[in-house]
Amino acid sequence: MGMTIAEKILAAHAGKARVTPGELITAKVDLVLGNDITAPVAIKEFERLGVETVFDRDKIALVPDHFVPNKDIKAAEQAKLVREFARQHQITHYFEVGQMGIEHCLLPEQGLVAPGELIIGADSHTCTYGALGAFATGVGSTDMAAAMATGELWFKVPESMKFIFHGEAKPWVGGKDLILHIIGDIGVDGATYMAMEFAGEGIEALSMDGRFTMCNMAIEAGGKAGIIAPDAKTLDYVKDRVNREYEIYESDQDAEYALVKEYDLADIEPLVAFPHKPENTRPISQVGDVPIDQAVIGSCTNGRMEDLRLAAKILEGRKVDPRVRLIVIPGTQAIYLQAMEEGLIKTFIEAGGVVSTPTCGPCLGGYMGILAAGERCVSTTNRNFVGRMGHPQSEVYLANPAVAAASAIAGRLASPAEILG
Amino acid sequence: MRGKAWKFRDDVNTDEIIPARYLNTSDPKELARHCMEDIDPQFMEKMSPGDIIVAGKNFGCGSSREHAPVAIKAAGVSCVIAESFARIFYRNAVNIGLPIMEAKEGAQRIREGDMIRVEPEEGKIINETTGEEYQVAPFPPFMQAIIAQGGLINYVRARVQESR
Repeated sequence: MGMTIAEKILAAHAGKARVTPGELITAKVDLVLGNDITAPVAIKEFERLGVETVFDRDKIALVPDHFVPNKDIKAAEQAKLVREFARQHQITHYFEVGQMGIEHCLLPEQGLVAPGELIIGADSHTCTYGALGAFATGVGSTDMAAAMATGELWFKVPESMKFIFHGEAKPWVGGKDLILHIIGDIGVDGATYMAMEFAGEGIEALSMDGRFTMCNMAIEAGGKAGIIAPDAKTLDYVKDRVNREYEIYESDQDAEYALVKEYDLADIEPLVAFPHKPENTRPISQVGDVPIDQAVIGSCTNGRMEDLRLAAKILEGRKVDPRVRLIVIPGTQAIYLQAMEEGLIKTFIEAGGVVSTPTCGPCLGGYMGILAAGERCVSTTNRNFVGRMGHPQSEVYLANPAVAAASAIAGRLASPAEILG
Repeated sequence: MRGKAWKFRDDVNTDEIIPARYLNTSDPKELARHCMEDIDPQFMEKMSPGDIIVAGKNFGCGSSREHAPVAIKAAGVSCVIAESFARIFYRNAVNIGLPIMEAKEGAQRIREGDMIRVEPEEGKIINETTGEEYQVAPFPPFMQAIIAQGGLINYVRARVQESR
């Protein structure tokens, strides 16, 4: 019996020839990530462990990005705690304001993630890095503390599910729509404890940015990891970023899957996930009349170059509806600069939007775009839970960047095709 | 563990357990004040220490915030019973020592207000109100070791000291 890519990576890091789903293993991790929400808790737990140093100061990434630049005094205290820990332990990959970006946009960009690696992060969207053919999964702060001290962690080897996309994507359909399609199909607990493997010509055709978006939302189906086998695009992406050795793994032909799903891209149009679960998807042609008050384009899901370019294509030469607040948040400083050089920032501002420094801010109702009771937001983020972006009686509609931009112009949920005519 | 049951639906997410607007602190007492606020704003006024949360499928889905099980534990909830748990919440609860019980039948049959007694060693949940008894899915032995040590930090600390 063959192994899946997820099983091969876990086996290699556990020093075993093979592992089987359900098996509990202890594995060495290549990177441990924390942010300004989760790292403070991990640091306090770390200090209870009775160790003096971290296992490897080069293999820990601390990225204050959720409430940074500090949104209030308490957030400032949390960021300070992380900063002081980073200084004390001489953490190589600590990212201060000015260098920092949204963690899951930043780490791949900085070459801190490579194919075949095992990464844990005290953030549920750590699964993003599966787009590079790594096994990456979210854990809590206590797990992060243990891994910072020992460089290893226990894992239950997950079963794998395979999602194959055939055919060619329709216009304006991207990684966001493919992953929403899966979540709409299997539900928010459809992949609980599972590794979700994405394959087929529809995935091969996706850019790296589109693949990051897909793997990012594996957790919204309950997945432990999202994963895509590396190909020429992956290697091209890591070529100038990663200067250490790494392993390329792919699933064996006879690997075993708990479930294999095949989809035809001819059946998929841009999707919108209605409140209050990412599984409540509807094709954009069937959303009806849903007026919106705010549009957010950004986040670890859709804050990358391709996302901003798509949004700008729609917004170019047009105006945001006067009843809509458009907030655009580039994922990292490098993305921000690139967007500036390409004239995208000018496009957003001329259209009537605001552009913010990188932050998770509005996605989780932190700051920089909080909703009042009764308000609706179309957002390229990943969760539309009750109260996610502010008041418990506000609503979030998840969509791709082109749909969010089109909706900002229309003042209601709208398709890009409708705006471009 | 013995207390009154408070029932919740499927897919209770960590934003509902502890909204992100309160995550600018990690103080358990402060987090507890807002426990379950976005799904039941009166929860903290109604519940008494020792009470039990009983929920449907996929309890604790969403973010990895350990603040969620911490808030529940600090609120005085003695145990969470659910049909199933989201993966990260499950790990976090074990790691911080919040008792959780996967018990499908129990989660479905227990009604709000029932008096519930949990016998973790025997893997049993007893509904004192109705007299029913439900089985709990056992933890793998490795996780039992973490639970017996009172959480992951104690478990790792013991191992680190052994290896010296």
